[in-house]
Amino acid sequence: MRHLLSAGEIDRDQAVLILDTAAELGAVTDRSIKKLPTLRGRTVVNLFYEDSTRTRISFEAAAKRLSADVLNFSAKGSSVSKGESLKDTALTLQAMGADAVVLRHGSSGAAHRLAHAGWIDASVINAGDGTHEHPTQALLDAFTIRRHLAPEGGDLAGLSVAIVGDILHSRVARSNVHLLTTLGARVTLVAPPTLIPVGVESWPCAVSYELDPVLDSVDAIMMLRVQSERMQAAYFPSALEYSRLYGLDAARLSRLPEHAIVLHPGPMNRGMEISADVADSSRAVMVEQVANGVNVRMAVLYLLLAGDGKDAG
Amino acid sequence: MSIVLRGLRPYGEQPADLVLEEGRIADVCAPGRGVGDEVIECDGLIGLPGFVDLHTHLREPGREDAETIDTGSHAAALGGFTCVHAMANSSPVADTAGVVEQVWRLGQRCGLVDVRPVGAVTVGLGGVQLAEIGAMAHSAAAVRVFSDDGECVHDPLLMRRALEYVKIFDGVIAQHAQDPRLTEGAQMNEGALSSRLGLAGWPAVAEEAIIARDVLLAEHVGSRLHVCHVSTAGSVEVLRWAKARGVPVTAEVTPHHLLLTEELIAGYDPVYKVNPPLRSQEDVEALRHAVADGTIDAIATDHAPHPREDKDCEWAAAAMGMLGLQTAFGVVVETLVATGLLTLRQVAERMSQAPARIGRVANQGGDLVPGAPANITVVDTISRTDVRARDLVSKSGNSPYVGMALPGRVWHVAYEGRITVRDGVVA
Repeated sequence: MRHLLSAGEIDRDQAVLILDTAAELGAVTDRSIKKLPTLRGRTVVNLFYEDSTRTRISFEAAAKRLSADVLNFSAKGSSVSKGESLKDTALTLQAMGADAVVLRHGSSGAAHRLAHAGWIDASVINAGDGTHEHPTQALLDAFTIRRHLAPEGGDLAGLSVAIVGDILHSRVARSNVHLLTTLGARVTLVAPPTLIPVGVESWPCAVSYELDPVLDSVDAIMMLRVQSERMQAAYFPSALEYSRLYGLDAARLSRLPEHAIVLHPGPMNRGMEISADVADSSRAVMVEQVANGVNVRMAVLYLLLAGDGKDAG
Repeated sequence: MSIVLRGLRPYGEQPADLVLEEGRIADVCAPGRGVGDEVIECDGLIGLPGFVDLHTHLREPGREDAETIDTGSHAAALGGFTCVHAMANSSPVADTAGVVEQVWRLGQRCGLVDVRPVGAVTVGLGGVQLAEIGAMAHSAAAVRVFSDDGECVHDPLLMRRALEYVKIFDGVIAQHAQDPRLTEGAQMNEGALSSRLGLAGWPAVAEEAIIARDVLLAEHVGSRLHVCHVSTAGSVEVLRWAKARGVPVTAEVTPHHLLLTEELIAGYDPVYKVNPPLRSQEDVEALRHAVADGTIDAIATDHAPHPREDKDCEWAAAAMGMLGLQTAFGVVVETLVATGLLTLRQVAERMSQAPARIGRVANQGGDLVPGAPANITVVDTISRTDVRARDLVSKSGNSPYVGMALPGRVWHVAYEGRITVRDGVVA
């Protein structure tokens, strides 16, 4: 692998390798000195065109634990806000010797373009592009699900995962559909028809317009953030109605199987897609997701940058 | 000065000598018999009436960094055109007699093709107030085609009024059919691929609903409607229905919608970003058959030059549009002639005669007979050549065909009896 642009490009063996590597590297986190020398002398640039503190610091922590030099480049207050193009920013990073660029961008396909337009030699990691994909989020979700429900390792064969909410605009949902099904899980998307993408029939998953019928058969349920501006755009009549039909509250939580876990990519809208008592319950694994995110991103950086022939010394 | 096109085969039929004199075809006689000051050996090449483009963006005034009337005229001539309609979305917008006369005069000065300005329907393409349509029609440019192309005249009442108003001088409203609310932020054709790529969809219904409304309006007020760049199978069905009812509607399709499909977008290369967007293979097939059966009257390029920085970027930031003038004939040969859907006489109809009629352009779209205007394109349909960036004379380079081999070649072009292109080079 040279870039990580889409979860759809990862096959089963690669996915399992990333998860296994994440588990191994995660052991470092438990040591008193949380650092490996693997990427010493390599430069990782976090190029963030959208605000995303949690994803950026997760990548930053991952790179630093592998001893890479980290440069943070955020659009606000930089040349980007003065109108510099993605291409010119890429050329600048190239000149500074970036070995990997972690890109968060509001435009779908931006990471693909950065990797393939001939602007830059660095490895490109997609940290979220528009409404397209967010592959490391899917990897950390899969890692979290595996740790709870398939602790012996391997893939997620036989598990059932529901993804609930704004599928239409969600890069997290797209990446998870690809990755979880590649790993053998059954995925059901749950949303009102207005928030289901056109052509979803061709996706390798089931679709339900109702939440209640899927509750008793899921092993993991992932609640997506629903932005209030969707309401203004008439995707649903009111926040209250959305919450009544698609929100996960204590009553619905009680109908999940005993072992089922609740995931959320954050940031949560408490009281909208998830009630406060569910968010704070022992079934919710959001804090673990954050910790696992660092491990998974370490694994991705390691697999992309270590052993690519360049002298890491 | 008289010119003999020796051994030319009009419409690919029997060889003849065509003698051009004083801007007209003076004589059509047996091969070897034509007499003139200059002889161009055509030796079996095909003669067609000069192509007429109903839809070209020449970008002048305002975006001379992308194209000028001069560079666009060169590209048009090399593509076999003797007339192009310059769309109104320049800066300033061509919504006054002053701007359309300027465009027309610059075209005259260049002298390679007849540059026919299109007038805006509404002031500044704003969709609120009718532009001074009458002043443009009665100007030296004698505008007959009016369009807000780039924007849809979506207000139904304004569209009705525009349709009615142009009856004064037998004008036509060329509609860019795109419901604005259904296409907010749209980036590509809406379907399984747009969902996978995470790009906001441009649904076919946004085009079809406007066409359906407009043909009913045109029928109601008895005015001429022309539909720009038809891109979906559903639009073809609506047009077929309207024509069967006798609605005075005509339609055009672009070469790119006859050849390219949305699958090309999977790599997010903005050279494939265009409005209306590339559609599915099923749409392409429907459009080809609609040209063959006459539901679609004309091929129009929607030649849309953009400077490099507007394409060398991420998808959402990129401008919509692609070059088309120099490659139009090759695409028509590939998609319609080589497939047996069109005869060469029908190519002449779709690329020259019908667009000339729709635009009410005198001296264009004639037959290849004595007395007709000497606007002639000499082509073959056999040779297959690679489209190379360095051969494109447009000021911009945003051609989706670079690297493709297209059949058919424009050898010579006569415009008003003068040779504008000789052996594939501007004379």
